[in-house]
Amino acid sequence: MTTIESPDAAPEAPLSDAGNPIGFGRMLRKEDARFLRGKGNYIDDIQLPGMLHAAILRSPYAHARINSIDTSAAEAHPKVKAVITGAVLEGLNLAWMPTLSQDVQAVLATDKVRFQGQEVAFVVAEDRYAARDALELIDVDYEPLDPVVDARRALDEGAPVIRDDIEGKADNHIFDWEAGDTASCDQVFADAEVVVTQDMIYPRSHPAPLETCGSVAHMDPVTGKLTAWITSQAPHAHRTVYALVAGLPEHKIQVISPDIGGGFGNKVPIYPGYVLAVVGSIVTKKPVKWVEDRSENLMTTGFARDYHMRGQFAATRDGKMLGLRVDVIADHGAFNGTAQPTKFPAGFFNIFTGSYDLQAAHCKVTGVYTNKAPGGVAYACSFRITEAVYLVERMVDCLAAELDMDPAELRQRNLLRPDQFPYTTHTGWEYDSGDYPRALQLALDVAGYDELRREQAERRDRGELMGIGLSFFTEGVGAGPRKHMDILGLGMADGCELRVHPTGKAVVRLSVQTQGQGHETTYAQIVSSQLGIPPEDIEVVHGDTDQTPFGLGTYGSRSTPVSGAAAAVVARRVRDKARVITAAALECDPSDLEWELGRWQVKGDPTHGKTIQEVALLAHSSLELPEGVEGHLDASAVYNPPNLTYPFGAYICVVDVDPGTGQVKVRRFVAVDDCGPRINPMIVEGQIHGGLADGVGMALMQAIAFDEDGNCLGGSFMDYLLPTSMECPTWELGETVTPSPHHPLGCKGVGESATVGSPAAVVNAVMDALKPFGVRHADMPLTPAQVWLAMQGRPVRTDLAIT
Amino acid sequence: MQVTMTVNGEEVTRDIEPRLLLIHFVRDHLGLTGTHWGCDTSNCGTCVLWMDGEPVKSCTVLAAMAGGRTIRTVEDLERGGELDPIQQGFMQCHGLQCGFCTPGMMMTARWLLDNDPDPADADIREAISGQFCRCTGYENVVRAIRWAAEHPDGQGSGEAVEPGAADDSAAPGDTASEEVSA
Amino acid sequence: MQTPAPFEYERAGSVDDALALLERHGPEARLVAGGHSLLPMMKLRLARPEVLVDINDLTDLSYIRVDGDTIAIGGMTRHAELLASPLLGEHYAIFHDAERVIADPIVRNRGTIGGSFCQADPSEDLAAVGSAVRAEMVVRSSGGERTIPAREFHTGPYETVLEPAEILTEVRVPIRPGAGSAYEKVERRVGDWPIAAAGAFVTLDGDTVSDVGIGLTALGASHFCAPDAEDVLRGQAATDDNLAAAADAAAEACNPAADQRGPVDYKRHLARELTLRALRRSVARARGEAEGG
Repeated sequence: MTTIESPDAAPEAPLSDAGNPIGFGRMLRKEDARFLRGKGNYIDDIQLPGMLHAAILRSPYAHARINSIDTSAAEAHPKVKAVITGAVLEGLNLAWMPTLSQDVQAVLATDKVRFQGQEVAFVVAEDRYAARDALELIDVDYEPLDPVVDARRALDEGAPVIRDDIEGKADNHIFDWEAGDTASCDQVFADAEVVVTQDMIYPRSHPAPLETCGSVAHMDPVTGKLTAWITSQAPHAHRTVYALVAGLPEHKIQVISPDIGGGFGNKVPIYPGYVLAVVGSIVTKKPVKWVEDRSENLMTTGFARDYHMRGQFAATRDGKMLGLRVDVIADHGAFNGTAQPTKFPAGFFNIFTGSYDLQAAHCKVTGVYTNKAPGGVAYACSFRITEAVYLVERMVDCLAAELDMDPAELRQRNLLRPDQFPYTTHTGWEYDSGDYPRALQLALDVAGYDELRREQAERRDRGELMGIGLSFFTEGVGAGPRKHMDILGLGMADGCELRVHPTGKAVVRLSVQTQGQGHETTYAQIVSSQLGIPPEDIEVVHGDTDQTPFGLGTYGSRSTPVSGAAAAVVARRVRDKARVITAAALECDPSDLEWELGRWQVKGDPTHGKTIQEVALLAHSSLELPEGVEGHLDASAVYNPPNLTYPFGAYICVVDVDPGTGQVKVRRFVAVDDCGPRINPMIVEGQIHGGLADGVGMALMQAIAFDEDGNCLGGSFMDYLLPTSMECPTWELGETVTPSPHHPLGCKGVGESATVGSPAAVVNAVMDALKPFGVRHADMPLTPAQVWLAMQGRPVRTDLAIT
Repeated sequence: MQVTMTVNGEEVTRDIEPRLLLIHFVRDHLGLTGTHWGCDTSNCGTCVLWMDGEPVKSCTVLAAMAGGRTIRTVEDLERGGELDPIQQGFMQCHGLQCGFCTPGMMMTARWLLDNDPDPADADIREAISGQFCRCTGYENVVRAIRWAAEHPDGQGSGEAVEPGAADDSAAPGDTASEEVSA
Repeated sequence: MQTPAPFEYERAGSVDDALALLERHGPEARLVAGGHSLLPMMKLRLARPEVLVDINDLTDLSYIRVDGDTIAIGGMTRHAELLASPLLGEHYAIFHDAERVIADPIVRNRGTIGGSFCQADPSEDLAAVGSAVRAEMVVRSSGGERTIPAREFHTGPYETVLEPAEILTEVRVPIRPGAGSAYEKVERRVGDWPIAAAGAFVTLDGDTVSDVGIGLTALGASHFCAPDAEDVLRGQAATDDNLAAAADAAAEACNPAADQRGPVDYKRHLARELTLRALRRSVARARGEAEGG
């Protein structure tokens, strides 16, 4: 894969003495030093004196009344220090806690259990083996109830009511939400020459970071301070919620996110285990560690997706897209615990109009309860944009099939054009910038699309099944303007603090929390690009709420758009202050100075100037400063983004399907991404690689299905299959650069782009391969069985057990 | 019961329960937390370390079974302050993001290159096929191991590789690109 | 991560030692070799032996060698060793085909052929291989040795004819000069248990199939084999039609169950498809037209 030089390429940043770019560019990661040596500090690495270990007893039933819980045998175990049940928590008013979606969730079940795996009792013991032993000594008398397993039947007359804890609740309905305009849609559809309808499921899947969730809670009995190490992508939000939930004073709570072994949205919610660890520490007066095992992670923590969608596309016979409408049933599980901005109960699903120039659009999302784990917004979904992009990109291919038109050509005819930006969609999003046709063309060129179609035709003649699938996506990331976007009332603006020490080294404190994205390196590069201090001289501090400014954390690809902007702003404030100090030192006017990376110097007389390091020393010295200018060299900022940023991309997947077995092999995957300027291209490419693997996994093997008794069929890695090195091809990447006009650095988020865009490309490829069989659609995951069944004309529902 | 084994060249003896898993012995009793765990069913591979010279999933070995045997963990890769070429390769090629699968990947890679100094990419992929990574999409893990194969003595003349000393021969990302002005 | 219930640990220094320990501790004692079937079940607390007898020191049970007109494989031979064995590669490519798709490379460093047969998982690949090639199991107790045909070794899911104080010490495979063999497996993802798998060997006399063995796994086939299908093909010309007829018979004879890997009709389809592919490749190898033996 050769690099195509571009005449418009930005000049490369100069290198520091250590060989690092002073600003944007490929730079090896600072955080690698500890990870490579096995010296990362993950949650289960944390050992404190006297620390106890906890385990959670969980419900085997999806829906059951609890008649009684007998913990006496567990309490009598010589190594057990405490056993906590829902009844105990009720006394502390802690049996229920608020979710991030204006619902409540049980911390420990009291009246009923409402999903298989729900927390029923909490044991604290001397070691993890004893804690696990003690679980077996707890006797729970359950009375099984009929479960609601099929989201499409949750609102049926007579369906068991799951949330009878809510006063007056007589059904399993959570919300209805709409966007767009039905009237104009109805008109467009009524007049359209072609209407294509397709049902599709985006099945329940799970982010499955390699490290499970956990916490170590230490309520110091002397100081009354709670220190909680938590695998949290949003430590400040956690702190505030603990203050609200547990009634603890917020200044006495310190949340520390240690090194996190992958988050992907799974580590955003506040899980009962975290709260229970705090309670356990209060009760035992010792630090309490709770780390879940993998089955707990898969069965009970924040799942993703589970959208049952019906899409309808209206178009002209010659391929002009007119309107798109969607109805969705959203399976939220037993509690509404989705984590997205308050005003968006279906996240940003209304970006489903995608990258196309439409005349009308409308969506309606109905959220329902089922007897499954809570969640829905996770796994790099960018707040349901994965669902939206999958929907529209599958619909585009269904439309192409109906029109007997090449899917690339159909897209080319309908993509938004650069002169249409900024573009406001029919559902209210203002896309900031983009050159879509150019990205698509680059992808087609890199893939050798025409040659692939020729090859496909030859193979089809021989009865071989080769498929080519496209996906073109637009994302909206970087939540978000606080006027519109808050989580639990906390506006989604993030802070950043920068301090330059007297000897010219700097420390920048972030509100966001990396889980592998490389913030310790990229944020140093951001500051470096604005101040000219080499990245190796900039320390990035994150994760400890005592040491960092408030913010809403890392998810939804928001770090670069929001916190990255804050870092740029705060660095520029420092730079501006440095100008004033330089002027004072040189006894000239600030307007006489110009900035040359790392140095303020006199215009026309560059020998007279001060480096930023010299300014730092001056700022701490006895130099007299002008009225209103304080000493030291530091600044803080809170960045309230004016809009989301809109990265986009064009993906092409090539598959070969074994007609005798239904097995799918991903032969090639081409991904052209545009996230504006790339702070560290190496890191951006790594993010994309990871997301592309997600697409292969979700399209071909990942799903959490349930049987009719509500048993979770994806509770281990034996059944919830993840892609390995063997299923992933060598990724072929391409890049276009369309800066965001409103972001201080022009950067857009990118962390989730590949996860968003890739599943549709793989599914479209498989459907394309099966075209000779007249297959219009089959739901993910396209396991060998599902592919074979599709070839027989009867694909199955992948959210239910196979019988 | 008492168990004695050699870990990273040092003989250690501890009192343990027979049911103690080797992964917990290494992490909790010896404080070697570089080796991780991530599942219940021997799938994820974050627990890979060497036993008697071969990579094994230490979550599926009892500490008792390791008695009298030789264990090597990721902490032993660095020798005399010098990173193993495998570690250097992972740094040079951005073969890690969150770092959780990395120790296991590196231990398997070290064993692979000890036995097959010039593996094809397909062989590398097969060697790590029993270990998950959720961050990298495997691309740069394979490139990192390839780098180590091509630099059997590491980078330079035994200098530890630290951030900033980017190697020109590494191509962590070959990307087709077009710059488009806004 | 989940952890096992308490048990006692014993380490055997020899086969006799292991047998003595089994006898002493009774039926609640289990042997542990590779441990990658037993330990996961113990961690999930689905298995709760009171005593584990560790036989990993029985290195004299680790061998692959010619013994007269058979290939003798010690019970403690690891999957990785089977995969790497030139002897097996030369005589029975079916072993290499199967080993390549059993679990993953790291697990293969530990799992043993003895453990695989004794675990008796209904989806065990080596069970189909053993039945296909009509291997024999040598089992030792304090009372002596007995030999059991592979096709009589398994009595049901996770059940064998082994008595509590017996050890599978050797697997014997007859050398069949000129034979071609192959294994075909379909799984949802690399390393997964099979959705279905079929293995076969053929020997040719000119163009006639003089002998054939067909093994099936994950398909509910009795004793992991399809003798009726073998009868259809034995003595017939090795034409594709005849191979297909045998494959049809194999699909008829098996008894797959629906699960998340697939419904019954798909698995039965695979039984036919994979038997056919295994037979085709076996014939090609017997004729020297394909790689492997």
